[in-house]
Amino acid sequence: MESSVTKAEEGKSSLLVKLKPALRSMLVPVLAVFTSVIVGGIVIAMAGGNPFEAYLGLAEGSFGSLKALSETTVWATPYIFAGLAVGLAFKGGLFNIGAEGQLALGAVAAAWTGYALPDWLGISLPAIIHIPLTILAGILAGAIWGGIPGWLKAKFGGHEVINTIMMNYIALNITSYLLNGPMKDPNPNNVVARTPMIAPSAQIPTIFSGFRLHWGFILALLVAALVWWILWKTTLGFEIRTAGANPDAGRYAGVNVARTIIITMILSGLLAGMAGAIEVTGLNFRHELGFSVGYGFDAIAIALLGKCHPAGIVLGALLFGGMRNGATRMQFLTQIPVDVISVIQALILLFVAADAIVRYIYRIRTREERVVLTRGWGG
Amino acid sequence: MDLKRFGFIAFIIVILFVIVVLVGKGTVPATVIIVSMVATTISVSTPLVLGALSGVFCERSGIVNIGIEGMMLSSAFFGWFASIYLSFILKAPALTSLLFGVVVAILTGGLMGLLLAWLSVTFKVDQIIGGTVINILAIGITGFLNRQIFFEKHSVFGGQVPHAPGTLPPIHIPFLADIPLFGKIFVQQPIAITAIVFVVLANFVIFNTRWGLRSRAVGEHPRAADTVGINVYKMQYLNVIIGGCIAGLAGAYFTLESVPSFEPLMTNGRGFISLAAMIFGNWTPFGAWAASLVFGASQAFQINLQFFREMIPPQWSFLQQSYVVGMVPYLLTMFILTGLIGKTTPPATENKPYEK
Repeated sequence: MESSVTKAEEGKSSLLVKLKPALRSMLVPVLAVFTSVIVGGIVIAMAGGNPFEAYLGLAEGSFGSLKALSETTVWATPYIFAGLAVGLAFKGGLFNIGAEGQLALGAVAAAWTGYALPDWLGISLPAIIHIPLTILAGILAGAIWGGIPGWLKAKFGGHEVINTIMMNYIALNITSYLLNGPMKDPNPNNVVARTPMIAPSAQIPTIFSGFRLHWGFILALLVAALVWWILWKTTLGFEIRTAGANPDAGRYAGVNVARTIIITMILSGLLAGMAGAIEVTGLNFRHELGFSVGYGFDAIAIALLGKCHPAGIVLGALLFGGMRNGATRMQFLTQIPVDVISVIQALILLFVAADAIVRYIYRIRTREERVVLTRGWGG
Repeated sequence: MDLKRFGFIAFIIVILFVIVVLVGKGTVPATVIIVSMVATTISVSTPLVLGALSGVFCERSGIVNIGIEGMMLSSAFFGWFASIYLSFILKAPALTSLLFGVVVAILTGGLMGLLLAWLSVTFKVDQIIGGTVINILAIGITGFLNRQIFFEKHSVFGGQVPHAPGTLPPIHIPFLADIPLFGKIFVQQPIAITAIVFVVLANFVIFNTRWGLRSRAVGEHPRAADTVGINVYKMQYLNVIIGGCIAGLAGAYFTLESVPSFEPLMTNGRGFISLAAMIFGNWTPFGAWAASLVFGASQAFQINLQFFREMIPPQWSFLQQSYVVGMVPYLLTMFILTGLIGKTTPPATENKPYEK
């Protein structure tokens, strides 16, 4: 076989060569989503609804108009941060189910900074200071809440799965107490557990007038790029990934695994806290009890769907944001309750986690090695 | 169970009891309080004991089961739905409907166990992810069906939640229930009693039968077990399905024995707490039972303290906040998991799928 390749062909094939692995790695997640949609349709039909109407309503609500698209990105933004949080932890070999609690406390801290800080300090803050402070509050709260289970794991070997789940419930108790008590909206029209609205100087401005799409989305993309850079272009990222893939080899190479575990959990919690902060400063301008329920679990699905890579996570977040956004339209049009998307999302997680099922159904041969995500209690 | 851990359990339980007695003794005599606390503790630890037993079966054969929470939640829902369907649509008597509901709950748990086994053993998915999938599926399906079946106008029930046929009636254990003063401890509902019986049974099966020995061998060294001719996959499947059934019974407790209704997410983390109980009990049935009693006691503490709210002296007023007291089980779990009270050893092959 001759070996002469012209320059043009070389250029074309090298682009294809770069594109093919990316596309190939997207194959299973895309098929997983596709299969979930089918099975979800069966579930809808069994529960008495019309799946085609349902999905049309869903699609119309997610990206059927510019407004819908804007809403989808607004919903997707906290998902990006939360997905990054879980994905980063996975890369470090840790399962951060605590994103839920870290997000909630981040939201609470951000809300307080948003509505109470100016009064507490006695001065009014310009937006250029107030907004970063608010986000910083969320970051701090999340970092602490993530760092505690990280420390417990590093120091005592306490498995992060149960500890983070416990921290979620503790966070739930704390937020219930705060939102029903000291931080409750004193407005006489208000009966639910929520904070007062945050000051206008703390609200992230929108990009185009008339649409809710705000700069937080751009921030999310920048942070995703930053996480990619940290994980693949810095020593810290190398340590994190090594501790995740093979801690013993890491120790042999001089990586301080215990310290890396703590740092990974702090970073993960920090990102989740950011998700909560963005939810408050960009989406709702307050925090309401029960609003952020489920973000943590969705984040797990998004991280796995995106194969723990920031690019995939952004795409997954847009998908989930679209579903959450479109579901209200779907319910409005077809009376099918929004909860059905929880079923679909659970199915997506099922098929993504058990990608062997998808491979088996669609006869895809696997060329990648198995990724070890977590370890048992032994630690 | 070694002395250190037993001592810790006894210590915590005594402290919780003492606080409640001190607070309530103004209105109610101390012995009544203590008896009530004991009875409540036994009743409330039921799902924890069953959850921990479920975990023991699964993990002894090498499969980590994080999905106990989801198994409990889904069986709570389907068991409740079955009993309502029977009593409301088919007009069956209350007790029959409730018992049928229990059976359905156990079957649901078994099905979820089958799913977990299928994911973990056949598809070799990371078991913690598999368990999380079960949890998320349970939340999604129960939330969706709860809304669709009971709140939609054109559903089977016409948009109204029908009256549940009550809860399983408590059983007076003959002779013991007649003891004056302490007799109340021996009046317990069927699932609570079954749980304690299962502890003894499980201990016997796991440690004194050939089947139990084989399961444990599979969990410690599957390759050696395989060499001797034990079918590793079959043992794992069986154990996980059994674990699922037990978790299903725990789910039945929530909607058929504790309160006659279903709330989304009503399991509230108790599936995870039972995992902590299992770990603290060193993967043995009796150890798990003792550990569950601690958590049960902390819940009984919360319940009884609510009852005596007005009696709490002002310096301790933070105890009045249900959220503060509500955090005790979770904080306790985290403390226990630090291993400060003694390290425990999991079965060796946990979360490592067996490749033939």
